[in-house]
Amino acid sequence: MMTYLVRRTLYSILVLAGINLVTFFLFFSVNTPDDMARLQLGGKRVAQEAVERWKAERGYDQPLYFNAQAAGVGKLTQTVFFESSAKLLRLDFGKTNENRNIGWELGNRIGPTLALAIPILLISVTLSIILGLGLVFYRHTVLDTWGVVVLVGLMSTSSLFFIIMGQYLFAKLMVITPVSGFSPPPGMFKFLLLPVLVSVIAHLGPDTRLYRTLFLEELGKDYVRTARAKGVSEWAVLGRHVLRNSLIPIITSIGLLLPALLAGSILLETFFGIPGLGTFAVDGITSQDFSIVRAMVFFGSFLYVITYLLTDFAYAWSDPRVRLK
Amino acid sequence: MKIVVLWTDWVVLLVLLGTLTYGWKVMRQPHLAVTWRKAFNTATGTSAATVLAVFLVIGLLDSLHYRPAIAGKADAYATETRSVLDDILHQQQTGRERSYSAPLAYQGYEKEATVIDGQATRAYLRLQHGGAHLDQPEQQWAADVLLRTVAGVGLGLLLAAAATALVVLLLARKRRQGLGMAWRSLRRGQVGFPLRAVLLTLTVLAVLAGVMTMLATAYHVLGTDRVGNDLLYVVLKSIRTALVIGTMSTLVTMPIAVGLGICAGYLRGWVDEAIQYVYTVINSIPYVLLIAAVVLILMVFIDNHPDLFPTSAERTDARLFFLCIILGMTSWTELCRLIRGEVIKLREAEYIQAAQAFGVGTWRILSVHLLPNVMHLILISMVINFSGLVLAEAVLSYVGIGVDPSMQSFGTLINTARLELSREPTIWWTLATAFTFMFSLVLSANLFSDAIRDAFDPRATHK
Repeated sequence: MMTYLVRRTLYSILVLAGINLVTFFLFFSVNTPDDMARLQLGGKRVAQEAVERWKAERGYDQPLYFNAQAAGVGKLTQTVFFESSAKLLRLDFGKTNENRNIGWELGNRIGPTLALAIPILLISVTLSIILGLGLVFYRHTVLDTWGVVVLVGLMSTSSLFFIIMGQYLFAKLMVITPVSGFSPPPGMFKFLLLPVLVSVIAHLGPDTRLYRTLFLEELGKDYVRTARAKGVSEWAVLGRHVLRNSLIPIITSIGLLLPALLAGSILLETFFGIPGLGTFAVDGITSQDFSIVRAMVFFGSFLYVITYLLTDFAYAWSDPRVRLK
Repeated sequence: MKIVVLWTDWVVLLVLLGTLTYGWKVMRQPHLAVTWRKAFNTATGTSAATVLAVFLVIGLLDSLHYRPAIAGKADAYATETRSVLDDILHQQQTGRERSYSAPLAYQGYEKEATVIDGQATRAYLRLQHGGAHLDQPEQQWAADVLLRTVAGVGLGLLLAAAATALVVLLLARKRRQGLGMAWRSLRRGQVGFPLRAVLLTLTVLAVLAGVMTMLATAYHVLGTDRVGNDLLYVVLKSIRTALVIGTMSTLVTMPIAVGLGICAGYLRGWVDEAIQYVYTVINSIPYVLLIAAVVLILMVFIDNHPDLFPTSAERTDARLFFLCIILGMTSWTELCRLIRGEVIKLREAEYIQAAQAFGVGTWRILSVHLLPNVMHLILISMVINFSGLVLAEAVLSYVGIGVDPSMQSFGTLINTARLELSREPTIWWTLATAFTFMFSLVLSANLFSDAIRDAFDPRATHK
């Protein structure tokens, strides 16, 4: 078990290094630091000195990948790539164009994002599993057929529809929740209610359908027949045997759901005006701030890799076959 | 007239050609033909495919671009690039109003400042095009709309009846039966192929189209948007964008996915490890952020190199093209993993081992023996990814990292309408139009992909 976990952890670090290389290539090779400086300082008529000063302030005045003028190891270390990568791996993200500390911003903004993502994750997974089990219990009946029809309909509806309709119904017509906004913990609940509800409904279609298929697949197996032959009740078969054996694919799907949540948070946060990581990324895009977007890409990937690692650990915990391999 | 072929047009035509070639090959290979026939053998699957085909035809008509010649001058062409769809919808494209008007309305939705009998007042003004043929709209409007609807239904039913008659005729000839016999077996669904479902779907579509056309000659069927564009025109133009994004994204990165997948699966060892590492890395970057980053980088690149993109149409098209590439990058890994898995299974097959024993080169095994046998995976993954990509486009355009704002798409349409529900009085038709069309496109794609998945997934057969 230990070797398995250590191996997965080491591999994750390797993956992080790869991500760093890819993002660096994207951000520094397509547009050179000179282009970036001109963009920030404004237009084509910027003096070369100003460009040089801007680059020097950020440490972008060295060669990108390979410094032929330096000596020894310096050939590789005295480069933009090495310097900025070393900082990123230490989780030092530098400053935005308006001179705010990105690391501090991330620390402030991760709270609202998690306050949104964790309830969504918990509620939608539990609800989907319960509904999936329910549909399987009533399989081959009218309830199941129509249930699937509704699920496919939900799957085919754009999440924008749920958001816009949610805001229209709950905030404009019924005035139960505010349209958008956010406040720190004591008053947080009413602001989170609508985004969480909308997101849970949007996730319900694909998730429940997936779980239903998983459970149906398990139901066809021999151990289920044995359990039934022993006289175990149908709910006990579903809850104790089928659910437990479907855990691996469920964990996989949750692992895949987490990234979707992060992606969804960009949409939800901009829509509902929640000052989380998503809005930060969108701010970076609209103000064309490369340092914010690069930090967000790396930080987002970092969260992903951690999630995948946790998924691997969860596999090992839930399935002895993985541990012993 | 000068024919213009945009980048994305090339891709659309290539996709069509590729699909037709593949279809022709499938017909000749019994094992593939059986599976594909199974996919089309369910009523939902074929009905969904019929609806999809209608969308495809609209998209195709919109992909045939040309620049009209300027009258009276030789070798001079208008700067505007038009498509065949623009010609069909000429009345809708040019029949602009001043601002919002409700579906089928004959007057504006909001009061406008005007002069009546020498006095400046605010009143509901007649539309310039919608219902302009009515003298006394208050009395005539309801009767006119009803008449046109009935005529449209009649037209649709007539068309559907003609199609059914043709099918019955062909069926009777093929089975060497009498016409009555063929009609009865068709009606009972005993023809071995869900023809009945297809004809029913076609009937519904024909009636809808008939009503739309009869009404569209005199009204704005779906209303107009803020600047007075006919929404029917806008939403039909959006279909092409959705189709291009839905299919092209999988296709542009397909060579990489197929090449790497086959190599990883067949060669194994360090090649496999390296390829797996590459796709794990790309998979680990959150796709929205990756797309955001690339679109941002691209915008800066286009700004810095104006000489590469002389016209705004090329800029818009280039942005769509790169958006497809980057969307493909995010779904690429899934296809690569699938192909790798399939090849790992195939390399143990007898014919591959026979090829190895005969000393066939690795390159030849990869290209001649393995490639044709994973081709169906590409088409399947294209169909399965399609709906997700269409939905993703709307979301991305909404956040501002999708297609160019000047390009007609579901995302930009929803984006312009985002605040309309909070207006007083509420303007509902823009969003309703966008969501209805998107829903029917995505739903039919989902149902069709379900049918295909069921046909190709061996585990699904016992269900």
